[in-house]
Amino acid sequence: MKRAGFTTVWLPVALLLPQLMIIAIFFYWPAAWAVQSSFYLQDPFGFGSTFVGVENYTDLMTNIEYAKVARFTLIYTALVTFFSLALALLLAVKADAVIKGAKSYRTLLMWVYAIAPPVAGFLGLMFFDQRNGPLTEMFQFFGWDFRLGADYNSTATAMVIVAVWKQIPVNFIFFLSGLQSIPKSVREAALIDNRSASGRFWDVTFPLLAPTAFFLLIINITYALFDTFGIIDTLVRSEPGNNPVTLVYKVFVDGFRGNDLGGSSAQSVILMILVLALTVFQFRLIERRIHYT
Amino acid sequence: MTFWKIAAMNAAVAISATAAFAETEITLWHAMGGQLGETVNQIAEDFNASQDDYQITPVFKGSYEETLTAGIAAFRAGEQPNIMQVFDAGAATVIGAKGATIPVQDLLTDNGVDFDINDYISGVRYFYADSDGKMIGMPFNSSSPIMYFNVDALEKAGVSAPKTWEEFQTVTAPALKDAGYIALSQSHLPWIFTENFHSRHNLPFATNNNGYDGAEDTKILVNNDAIKAHFTALTEWKENGLFEWYGTGWGDNQQPFEDGDVAIWLGSSGSFGGLMSKDLGFEFSATVLPYWEGVTSEPKQTFIGGASLFAMSGHDAEENEAAAEFFKYLTSPEVQYFWHQETGYVPITEAAYELAKEDGHYDRFPAAEVGIQQLSLPGGDNTKGYRMGFYVQIRDVMNREYGRILSGETSVEDAFSNIENEANDLLARFAKTQG
Repeated sequence: MKRAGFTTVWLPVALLLPQLMIIAIFFYWPAAWAVQSSFYLQDPFGFGSTFVGVENYTDLMTNIEYAKVARFTLIYTALVTFFSLALALLLAVKADAVIKGAKSYRTLLMWVYAIAPPVAGFLGLMFFDQRNGPLTEMFQFFGWDFRLGADYNSTATAMVIVAVWKQIPVNFIFFLSGLQSIPKSVREAALIDNRSASGRFWDVTFPLLAPTAFFLLIINITYALFDTFGIIDTLVRSEPGNNPVTLVYKVFVDGFRGNDLGGSSAQSVILMILVLALTVFQFRLIERRIHYT
Repeated sequence: MTFWKIAAMNAAVAISATAAFAETEITLWHAMGGQLGETVNQIAEDFNASQDDYQITPVFKGSYEETLTAGIAAFRAGEQPNIMQVFDAGAATVIGAKGATIPVQDLLTDNGVDFDINDYISGVRYFYADSDGKMIGMPFNSSSPIMYFNVDALEKAGVSAPKTWEEFQTVTAPALKDAGYIALSQSHLPWIFTENFHSRHNLPFATNNNGYDGAEDTKILVNNDAIKAHFTALTEWKENGLFEWYGTGWGDNQQPFEDGDVAIWLGSSGSFGGLMSKDLGFEFSATVLPYWEGVTSEPKQTFIGGASLFAMSGHDAEENEAAAEFFKYLTSPEVQYFWHQETGYVPITEAAYELAKEDGHYDRFPAAEVGIQQLSLPGGDNTKGYRMGFYVQIRDVMNREYGRILSGETSVEDAFSNIENEANDLLARFAKTQG
């Protein structure tokens, strides 16, 4: 096979340049700046600055509160990822089986996708309002003194519910198209082999959905880690208090509210490393084992 | 054809207008939203109309925190506004950055505006001053936490507004409970029950003269018996249904008072205008904050809350002159009285206070005077203010630990030792940023 190529080096470089510059200016430069300032403690206005080595990092590692925030982030990410994937899969499988009115049913399920995170947060505020929120009343009916903003577990529950609700449509769309791309012949063959619908699902459909599911797993983890910021900020009304927050929210609180540039830079570097690890995990460990058709 | 003629004429007029007036234009970045922002705009418009040499443009930049962050980012980019509003908790950051601002006292005297710190009411004089008593930031929207009460509820319970917390505990609160009310709520634990708790009882809040003598080695003194006893009392009141806490959000704690469920609410003197404009369905009034007789027999004045205006450095002399003129206009008794009436923030000068009294403002609205009365109470060694770096985070730590106390997650003892340790770590970190 003949490989098409450029005769000079400069043309491809020139063609790539705009893209490279965007990456350099908007990603590498700020990232490098964050790494650099994580080794300093500096006056917000840029007057004084002290080189402190890795002190910003050691301070974080020995800080009990930071560990608590990290632990909450882990649990929160796991819950949001699990529930938004599981519920979306359930809805997709059911929607796939619907024949009458399938389109309007699917459209309704995708609707929430268009809602911005802070707006989702506001809806959450109304549903979980301390005084007359319908969901607050429901929880109280079941004997849980649910109080958004005043009680740690209440706020955590509200955060998870709103974040899951917001993410289901995205997962639903992907799962549904994944299901629809499974060849009819395979399904029919499976139908002959196995009479149990759930058996067919776990033995045939689910493995064929694995590439979609894995892709969504990564997307959902990053969503829970980073994109739920707007939901959290709205639900805690920008006053974290004793409410749970995630690592990203803490970067914001310390950096933008508190003007501790060194400390919050160190936190963002830690998050960068986390994302890097996640990416390596995605490409190295699992992609090999998952068969994309 | 006519269209282009008109356009050309307009352009010509616009150009000649700029040339003819040559006004010095300055900007003011502030955090006053809603009705407060409209009042700021009104003051700016009136200033612009009052003379032909200067033109000020107020820009709303969001919350206090957002305004400060925006101002810092702009300063680092060399695009800072002429005047920036900075709130109480951010004062150490902006005052610590020597060279970021021109001390307002210097700005005024250099531009030929008379300045005497004694013209200002005693409670606001030194809060934004340096350790030598030089005023760095111009107190603008100054408020103080005061005690609002539902007059009908207190009458029904047959009690009067408590003067001391002992009275609240033994007389007022139980009577209110019997009358079917939750006796007390408050909207800002760090501000009302921490900072002003220390001021009201004349307790030192930090070493180094409450932090005024420099960031180096400043330690917070919040872990003391008086305040721990106060929070222990709060948890007991909460258990007995005498006090309720609805989370860290300001409005969540104010709403039950407005709904008539809570009889006494501690809020800002600046909340007065908002409460007046609502149809509450009951009569409300206000008085000074109670104190613990067991801690002090001579309660003192409180700190101011709210924010002040800082003149940013890096502008030319003409613009600084314009900023000085605006400050002069802003502190005139008439403008201060207008601001006081519209918003409920206290007038910052004695002259404006006198004007409000003469005009009968307090005969019409007695509760409007409470903030300034409280700020004019006798002062003590520890009442002029506090100056601590990274204070926004220290407040966040307090809010977190107080929330844990009140939701039963931690003990008063552990919470205060946590606050002390974390705050001191933050203060030590801040001291390093100043190096």
